[in-house]
Amino acid sequence: MSQHYGVIVIGGGHAGTEAALASARMGVRTILITHNIETLGQMSCNPAIGGIGKGHLVKEIDAMGGAMARAIDKAGIQFRTLNASKGPAVRATRAQADRVLYKAAIRQVLETQENLSLFQQSVDDFLIENNTLKGVKTQIGLSFFADKVILTSGTFLGGVIHIGGANYAAGRAGDAPSNALSKTLKAYDLGVGRLKTGTPPRLDGRTIDYKIMQVQSGDTPLPSFSFMGDGREHPEQIHCYITHTNEKTHDLIRAGLDKSPIYTGGIEGVGPRYCPSIEDKIVRFAQRDSHQIFVEPEGLTTHEVYPNGVSTSLPYAIQEDFIHSIKGFEKAHIVRPGYAIEYDFFDPRGLKQTLELKKLSGLYFAGQINGTTGYEEAAAQGLLAGINAACAVLEKDPWLPKRDESYIGVMVDDLTTIGTSEPYRMFTSRAEYRLLLREDNADERLTPKARALGLIDEVRWQAFEDKYSAVARERQRLECTWIQADDTQAAQVLNQTFNHEYSLLELLKRPKVDYRVLSQIESGKPFLDDKILMSAVENQIKYEGYIKRQLAEIEKYKKNENTALPADVDYNTIKALSIEVRQKLCKHKPATIGQASRIPGITPASISILLVYLKTYWAK
Amino acid sequence: MNNTTTICALASSVGKGGVGVMRVSGGLSRTIAKKMLGFAPKARYAHYGSFFDQNKIEIDKGIALFFPAPHSFTGEDVIEFQGHGGISVMQALIKSAIKLGAVIAEPGEFSKRAFLNGKMDLVQAEAVADIIDASSQQAVRGALKSLSGEFSKQINTLTKTIIELRVFVEASIDFTDEEIDFLHAEQVTKKIQDSQQKIKAVLKSAQQGAILREGLDIAIAGRPNAGKSSLLNALTQQPSAIVTDIAGTTRDVLRETIHIKGMPLNIIDTAGLHKSDNLIEKEGIKRAHAAIKRADVVLLMYDGVDGVPDLGLLPDGIDDKSVLLIKNKIDLTDDRVGKTHLGGKLQLSISAKHNSGVGLLKETLADIAGLDDTTENIGLARQRHITALKHALADINHALIHLESFDIALMAQDLRYCGQHLGSITGEFSNDDLLGEIFSLFCIGK
Repeated sequence: MSQHYGVIVIGGGHAGTEAALASARMGVRTILITHNIETLGQMSCNPAIGGIGKGHLVKEIDAMGGAMARAIDKAGIQFRTLNASKGPAVRATRAQADRVLYKAAIRQVLETQENLSLFQQSVDDFLIENNTLKGVKTQIGLSFFADKVILTSGTFLGGVIHIGGANYAAGRAGDAPSNALSKTLKAYDLGVGRLKTGTPPRLDGRTIDYKIMQVQSGDTPLPSFSFMGDGREHPEQIHCYITHTNEKTHDLIRAGLDKSPIYTGGIEGVGPRYCPSIEDKIVRFAQRDSHQIFVEPEGLTTHEVYPNGVSTSLPYAIQEDFIHSIKGFEKAHIVRPGYAIEYDFFDPRGLKQTLELKKLSGLYFAGQINGTTGYEEAAAQGLLAGINAACAVLEKDPWLPKRDESYIGVMVDDLTTIGTSEPYRMFTSRAEYRLLLREDNADERLTPKARALGLIDEVRWQAFEDKYSAVARERQRLECTWIQADDTQAAQVLNQTFNHEYSLLELLKRPKVDYRVLSQIESGKPFLDDKILMSAVENQIKYEGYIKRQLAEIEKYKKNENTALPADVDYNTIKALSIEVRQKLCKHKPATIGQASRIPGITPASISILLVYLKTYWAK
Repeated sequence: MNNTTTICALASSVGKGGVGVMRVSGGLSRTIAKKMLGFAPKARYAHYGSFFDQNKIEIDKGIALFFPAPHSFTGEDVIEFQGHGGISVMQALIKSAIKLGAVIAEPGEFSKRAFLNGKMDLVQAEAVADIIDASSQQAVRGALKSLSGEFSKQINTLTKTIIELRVFVEASIDFTDEEIDFLHAEQVTKKIQDSQQKIKAVLKSAQQGAILREGLDIAIAGRPNAGKSSLLNALTQQPSAIVTDIAGTTRDVLRETIHIKGMPLNIIDTAGLHKSDNLIEKEGIKRAHAAIKRADVVLLMYDGVDGVPDLGLLPDGIDDKSVLLIKNKIDLTDDRVGKTHLGGKLQLSISAKHNSGVGLLKETLADIAGLDDTTENIGLARQRHITALKHALADINHALIHLESFDIALMAQDLRYCGQHLGSITGEFSNDDLLGEIFSLFCIGK
């Protein structure tokens, strides 16, 4: 049996599904091969989508027609806007998910996508000719041929699960790892690292005493993730709860440390600093006598609960003891033990910005295999790899998202330039152009590009055009509507006095004046009443000064940002560079001047020298 | 190629007399020329007239030359003002150009632009790269030299405070669900206000010129009777030190200040370095070591008749300093006045007693001090610091406003700009590794 496709996607997690969908949306014949169709869209870790930085990624994926936002809108059982009081740039959406509903929503999108087929089989090997990938071979020896292959193997490469002293090979609890692929890839000397991540023990909600815990409710009105969503597709909403560990919990854990594989040397992989296991928290922050636990329900049709904050690889008996020491968990029954999983990742500096391997043409990596963590980070890379694989098939220019354009751009640039030594997670502080990269304007930033790439359908495009022409009209109106100096009603509303006339736009720029306040000015009517439009107008105007400044910064760097640094430049021969700078450039091998400038320790003077050198390089 | 920023710098050495030239290059050159001259200059025509500042007050009279792109040194529009070479006049010219939109040129930037705009051939490329490298290092050194230790300490403390603040602010943004209450509004307000006051104070003292250092320290070191005191006298042209044929005459540290091209140089004569049991001499050698360690440049002097340059005489920990070898007493040997290289060091052959080679030494010292055409001089460095401090102050004022109106994202941006401006003073280009700081300070994560 042999079949030819444009793009083969291996893996049906968050990266794989977005990759397959993007490629298929662009009209390329695509097949998604997964070892188990039942786990498509599975949330292996905590049942939530979004958060600060991550929510931004979800909005960006949605702005490009991806599935994640629409799926969580159908599966979210609690929605919150984080950082609501800290300014629009850092506002972010987060939702608790019903795992079953989420999976169903993703599966439905996959099954109804044109140009996309699904197939259940483990992929065991690659078919390679002249250092170019031609296809894949499955467990039972079936061959599939394709122009491009995207590998999204998550934690399945060389995966090992640890619970106390016990460990066994696995991709995640309940699934086998992909060791054959790991072996094939290692032959390419891609730079393999080992990372770890963990999960907490899951509890039976019927055995938890919620009455003595702090309630955490969702926001009203309910936010939505998708730019096409309106909150009406959300299922029933429920509460989450908060409880804390205490001295007794800490004592129990401390006493068991000699049995934790992290401390006995059983685990070598590096875990994330921002999502430490409870063992880690207690050791590293010994002065704290309590840590917060978010008690998150896993869905509407299950009693299973995810106690977020106590991921652990301690032996089961200790897990039971420390769980029972926590307020509200005294009688809690553990449904699944917590575990740590170690897995292989490949140094992402071995990737081009398209996510194609530098050393093996035709193969793309997306998701945890590149050293990232999180559903959103994985999905965003899947989208990017799917788009670029399809672009290659269609012989179009690739999509290379930039740092000033999207969090996707920040992430891919960080990964391919600097690499990572711990699971990479998105934070807003990674984005130097944070004020430009907001959740609210993700569509403005990306939808036109997605449209040009062929990722967006007519309905979404029309909605986009309607939204931004309404914003432009209102902006124009605010600019041309003048409030007279003797307008006492306006002065009263704003609690300010005017010495001459002002336009509504000028008034909106003042600190402490927002659109809602402004819209109480009688002589300025009629104002908008659509909240999304209101905030789009408000953010555009209020941030204008800073955005101009950031755009000027970008402009300053842009000139050389994309100037390519050829791969064969021998930095050791550039004597004007300091030895330290030469070593750093040799190590990181930046692809462009822009990337070079972001390597820690590279000074503006070294960049000038590189530019001068490049001129001579090209002349030779 | 006129879409880049417009840069300005002195294109002449800094001195108290003679002619001083300020060169402006870039898109704004035409406008700046028109504003500072009061009329639009003709291309490649020497105009004699007054130079005005941004408030139309006359700064100086001199000759202005306008070279439209691409027929100029850099390939961009260039205007040159040739005036009187005094430091204050030149600074006033630079200041007006900045007020009119120019920025102070980065080290080697004129050469770089000339090269990138095809005004120099490829053979010169390596040389241009070297100039950028050398002059950027010199500029950083020069900037530090222009500052007293106290000033850079204050800047460093301020930078640290801003980083600490940013760690808290960024943590409060990215880890909002954590229980740590990162932002006690009052505490943050107070910290920002404190920084605001400190920046104001530093700015004030910088504007008063209190930070100007007294010049470069140059220590003369060597074995007893190498002729160190004779050299001091030759350089200062007065008998400051007692000169005898008896080795070990100088037992304490003597210091005299001379001026080369307007820059003060402190010449420090030290006791001869050798093993001694004499208590007084021992103390003298101890002080000599201390003076050598403090100095910016060390002149290691030796007797050209029967001595050899012995770097082992110098105290440890001076590897990064400029050490010049001085072969003295060439009136008694066959050597001639001149520069040579010896063991990777520059060597000057002189006769201090007969005052031969002293002029060459002064020129060499001027080079080391960075008093050449490509380097930013002390006055200019100070101007740059003041500009940076003013920007930092504006940023922190904005931060307070945004804290009040609860736009933490904007406040975070203000603090970031503030840190960048402060960092530009000390020449440190730290990347934003705030996340590392955050993770080490707080227990983050679910």
